[in-house]
Amino acid sequence: MSKRKLPIFATVLALIGFLLLYLPMFLVVQQSFNASKHGLTWGGFTLDWYTGLFDNAMVQTTTINTLVLAVVSTLVATLLGTLLAIGIHRTPWGKKMRYFYDMSINVPVVTPDILMAIALAVVFALFRSWTSLFEPGMLTMIIAHVTLEISFVVLVVQSRLVSIGKEQIEAARDLYASTAGAWCRVILPQLSTAIISGALLAFTLSLDDFILSFFTSGPESQTLPLYIYGSLKRGISPQIHALSTIIFSLTLFIMLLLVLKGIRKEHKLAKSK
Amino acid sequence: MNPLPSSNQNFDLDIRNVHKSFGKKVVLDGINVFIKDGEFVTLLGPSGCGKTTLLRIIAGFEKADAGEIVLSGKVISDRSPSKRPINTVFQSYALFPHLNIFNNIAFGLKSHKVPKDEIERRVNKMMEIVNITDLAKEMPATLSGGQRQRVALARALVNEPDILLLDEPLSALDANLRKKLQVELRELQKKTDTTFILVTHDQDEAIAVSDRILVMYKGQIIQDGSPEDIYEHPVNRFVATFIGEANILECERVSEKLAKTNFGNLVLEKDPTWEKGGIAIRMEDIHVCTPNESFAENVYPAKILERIFRGDYWELIAELPGVGACESLKLRVMTDPDEIYNPGDQVNLYIDPQYLQVLSD
Repeated sequence: MSKRKLPIFATVLALIGFLLLYLPMFLVVQQSFNASKHGLTWGGFTLDWYTGLFDNAMVQTTTINTLVLAVVSTLVATLLGTLLAIGIHRTPWGKKMRYFYDMSINVPVVTPDILMAIALAVVFALFRSWTSLFEPGMLTMIIAHVTLEISFVVLVVQSRLVSIGKEQIEAARDLYASTAGAWCRVILPQLSTAIISGALLAFTLSLDDFILSFFTSGPESQTLPLYIYGSLKRGISPQIHALSTIIFSLTLFIMLLLVLKGIRKEHKLAKSK
Repeated sequence: MNPLPSSNQNFDLDIRNVHKSFGKKVVLDGINVFIKDGEFVTLLGPSGCGKTTLLRIIAGFEKADAGEIVLSGKVISDRSPSKRPINTVFQSYALFPHLNIFNNIAFGLKSHKVPKDEIERRVNKMMEIVNITDLAKEMPATLSGGQRQRVALARALVNEPDILLLDEPLSALDANLRKKLQVELRELQKKTDTTFILVTHDQDEAIAVSDRILVMYKGQIIQDGSPEDIYEHPVNRFVATFIGEANILECERVSEKLAKTNFGNLVLEKDPTWEKGGIAIRMEDIHVCTPNESFAENVYPAKILERIFRGDYWELIAELPGVGACESLKLRVMTDPDEIYNPGDQVNLYIDPQYLQVLSD
């Protein structure tokens, strides 16, 4: 068998692509172990920036805030988004209404975050004239994040619902299941992976978000992205690099687990065939 | 109300004057059928004739605009599908992909909260009947088409329904497997003594499995009879050409039991009701005369144009010259494999009057 030659041009392009993707991240990781405070020179290996994180109360509270915000908004958005997707799916829309509905779900996805953030800030200001519940803080941030995430959950769940098809419900009804029984015993179990991926998407969106939080947060509800942004003004501390490295490693770890799981599943399928 | 069957009861199905339209399109236009307990009935027709809609109305997935469905003397038209003692084998089988085969089959029994040991017993027995005992732990995705089909049958029949509905159950399978399963379906129906109502557009399938065929066309039942009856006595052009293949002769009535067509007069057994209309003759009912045969009537000279080998028979295309100013006609004729005729041969064709089917149109 002759060895296949790699096309040179494509290989070089691919390498450049990889460099662009990973070099900045690699530099951050390197800086997090650099004893010299200003990154241009290598001052020796240190873990000080990491240990420093544990003494930094601000980092701890903002981390907790970020996670609370992400978890709560994900739970709410997943629940509401799933119900909304099911509701839209079950309603016998006319053809034109159907287009209108699909569009109304898609609009929040394509709208720039900043527009949504400003709109929400305005609405909250309006509500504040009636109740102090809408003072900038955790509640307003959760509402803002849910608003963003819900469309994504609906899109994921809805596309799965369409692929399950109506025959499954009919088969369950034919086998004496009530409407509720058919949903619980047949549709929801098949929907679970879609609901989980919707939730994961929502969770990532929330962790990732800066703009919505920036416009809706209060002094007591700073998140990590907000904290990092704020610390920029004081000059980037290598502690931030250490924090970034931790977050990056966690994400990488989760990704690896998912990939491994995928490989194992493929093996299993190949075996059974 | 217990949808599970009780004993000593007649599960006759009476479909009374059912109408259904989708928007402006009339799909069912006054369907009246009485189906006896234990019959194997096939709804046969081209796509769009309304057969699937009728099946879905019986199952309860669609509501008729007018008319009623009566089962064992009770009107069931307003009951939801889950409250009808009727089960369905879906065209795509609709097995539940997240449940293994045992749990797929047990689904209906679990809905009825049947005790666990009874579920086990009935599911196992059903899996034996349809020959899938070794598949209990498999998931639907790993099964072949034929296996899925058996699971779908078992999942429906394990509930001992009064009526089993089958929506084109064999259409997704290849031709050999389809033939095999047709036989099995027939045996299964006898073994379980359940009314089967099958929907198909495949006339061979309908003829092979059914006790009775309802031919549907444009939302109406245009012929109702045994497979032999429908094959031998089609009522009109549509049935004659849809079931088997028939030569259709354009005729004019001459006198009682005598009709005129392009190649001469036809002596009939039955008097046509029309002045102008169609008469059907199947290709196997046209006889090629040997030199020493003679018949008193209905003998016509013809020239063989083409000979097509069909495996177990020859198909001949014969041209019959027109009488007077009439054009010649081509007929399809079937002969045994050992009767060899070549293109160009001059022969005499005999058509027995009893095989000439006077159509209604």
